[in-house]
Amino acid sequence: MTATARRPKDTAQSELHLRMLRQMLLIRRFEEKAAEAYALGKIGGFCHLYIGQEAVGVGALAALRDDDYVICSYREHGQALIKGISPNAVMAELFGKATGCSKGKGGSMHLFDAKRGFMGGHGIVGGHIPLGAGLAFASKYRGADQVTVCIFGEAAVNIGAFHETLNMASVWKLPVVFLCENNRYGMGTAFERVAAVTDIVEHACSYDMAAELVDGMNVLTVYEATRRAVERARKQSHPTLLEVRTYRYMGHSMSDPLHGVYRTKDEVEEQKARDPISHLAGKLKDEGIIDQAALDAMDSGVQAEVEEAVKFADESPDPQPGELFTDVLVD
Amino acid sequence: MATLTYRDALNQALREEMQRDPNVFLMGEEVGVYQGAYKVSRGLLEEFGPKRIVDTPIAELGFAGIGVGAAMGGLRPVIEFMTWNFAILAMDQIVNSAAKMLYMSGGQIPLPIVFRGPNGAALQLSSQHSQAWESWVSHIPGLKVVAPATPADAKGLLKSAIRDNNPVIVLEGEMLYNIKGEVPDGEHIVPIGRADIKREGSDVTLVCHSKTLSVALKAAEQLAEQNVSAEVLDLRSLRPLDEAAILESVKKTNRAVVVEEGWPHAGLGAQVVDLIQRDAFDDLDAPVQRVTQADVPMPYNKLLERAAKASPEKVVAAARRVLYLE
Repeated sequence: MTATARRPKDTAQSELHLRMLRQMLLIRRFEEKAAEAYALGKIGGFCHLYIGQEAVGVGALAALRDDDYVICSYREHGQALIKGISPNAVMAELFGKATGCSKGKGGSMHLFDAKRGFMGGHGIVGGHIPLGAGLAFASKYRGADQVTVCIFGEAAVNIGAFHETLNMASVWKLPVVFLCENNRYGMGTAFERVAAVTDIVEHACSYDMAAELVDGMNVLTVYEATRRAVERARKQSHPTLLEVRTYRYMGHSMSDPLHGVYRTKDEVEEQKARDPISHLAGKLKDEGIIDQAALDAMDSGVQAEVEEAVKFADESPDPQPGELFTDVLVD
Repeated sequence: MATLTYRDALNQALREEMQRDPNVFLMGEEVGVYQGAYKVSRGLLEEFGPKRIVDTPIAELGFAGIGVGAAMGGLRPVIEFMTWNFAILAMDQIVNSAAKMLYMSGGQIPLPIVFRGPNGAALQLSSQHSQAWESWVSHIPGLKVVAPATPADAKGLLKSAIRDNNPVIVLEGEMLYNIKGEVPDGEHIVPIGRADIKREGSDVTLVCHSKTLSVALKAAEQLAEQNVSAEVLDLRSLRPLDEAAILESVKKTNRAVVVEEGWPHAGLGAQVVDLIQRDAFDDLDAPVQRVTQADVPMPYNKLLERAAKASPEKVVAAARRVLYLE
């Protein structure tokens, strides 16, 4: 094989890696702005940030087709952005505005874009796991080859819905990927304090399901593992459980401390040294795919996009009062 | 007109709707191979196959949620609970997922799903298997709730429920599956949200639904022997309530007794009484009375159970109170 023949593949791969880098940066800058807006009272209620976990959403969703389904818990701003909802529509939803992706009725925990296959934003821990299997059931029933990726935190593994759903998904061979983002803490409770089995991937044995343990701070390993799981779902209609180990830098929600009673500042700093964005940026620099100037330009572009989203959200109108009573039932 | 049991009327509704729309499927415990715990799904596995008649493990929360997800994905699931007592395990999915999906998605995701199964006490099944859940489910915006009392209404309301683009709760009477009644031939649809006068009268309105229809009809017979003309109004739909029909009847009779299988505190009947006192106050000649299950868990002993349940005698006594005959 000549160097020329290899080039298109290398180029495609470089483009993918650069795209993933930009997506992670977009999430990081978006969430930083969301934190600022929350502090200013522009965003209300609960607001769970994704900072530190960007590689999981970005790597996983890079393995999907546009018509695949994604369904998430309430820590879903990042996945929503990557599934194609505009930063404007996500930020406007956080601001509760009529231009938000759920018309200002859902908020941070209930981002939706059905046309893009982004099926929410769900607020009850583990409650959306059966919904993910149900979406996969529908695809299989219709004879479509869509795959559903269902993303939840490690704390959801202790919920009955997780076990009931994994059992049925395996019995019925549903084309679904259960992606557990293990960020080590359910709010302020370390997983090992409340879980008899701490290697979540082992739960797959109980349900005769394929499984993989994945480094969630490396976007490329997340991408590769998800690609294998998605192919298993699409080609063989077999579910997979992925345990993706990651870390959230922020508190559980904006109302919670970053560290203190349940984890040390040192631990958080230690984890930040494994930062997924720095990791990929460093690798791409080493490979000569990006230099510092290009990286700075990329970051400036992303920041401008996020600034624009904040401006858009701020200037957007509140929902009309009559919206209170719409969308309860369809005619 | 064919004479059918309530069970077979439901079976016909399921069969016809599954023939009509390939996106309709039935999922639940024992619905397939076993032909249904109450035989409502008899013969359906043979006709539609295991893809559309799906036997589940005993995992109400899980399969209710899978049903909701399937509806999000464009199907029209009918989720059977072996009884509503077990559906409590699925309440998170019914309330937090099904009822709220349309609203919290800003109108993007309609949820055409039916949750159905037997409701209310049967005979000597004791506390955990003898409960009426209409006030729980009727409390939730985003749900529709129906509770048919006759075979004709069972067929017509289940067909409406399956065709509805919203989540619909169908409360079937656990004691009603064997009752027989005439069911119109051909396409028979009963619209959701319409009550039905099952017996006309002029002196007092007996508001009832599901199994309490037979209680109210027996009470009306006994009252007739006492020269009291009772009108029996079958709500059929509990959410939305047919408020106009309730008010119209009360305006005619000026007196009402509300009968239900559930407990009194925060019961569905309290909602009916609220409506009557608010919108028909000037038409009332007496305070509205309620007949409910006694405010206790259902006992096992036959005599105690009978004492706990709504009965024709209790309805007659309540009617006599609103008529100031006591």
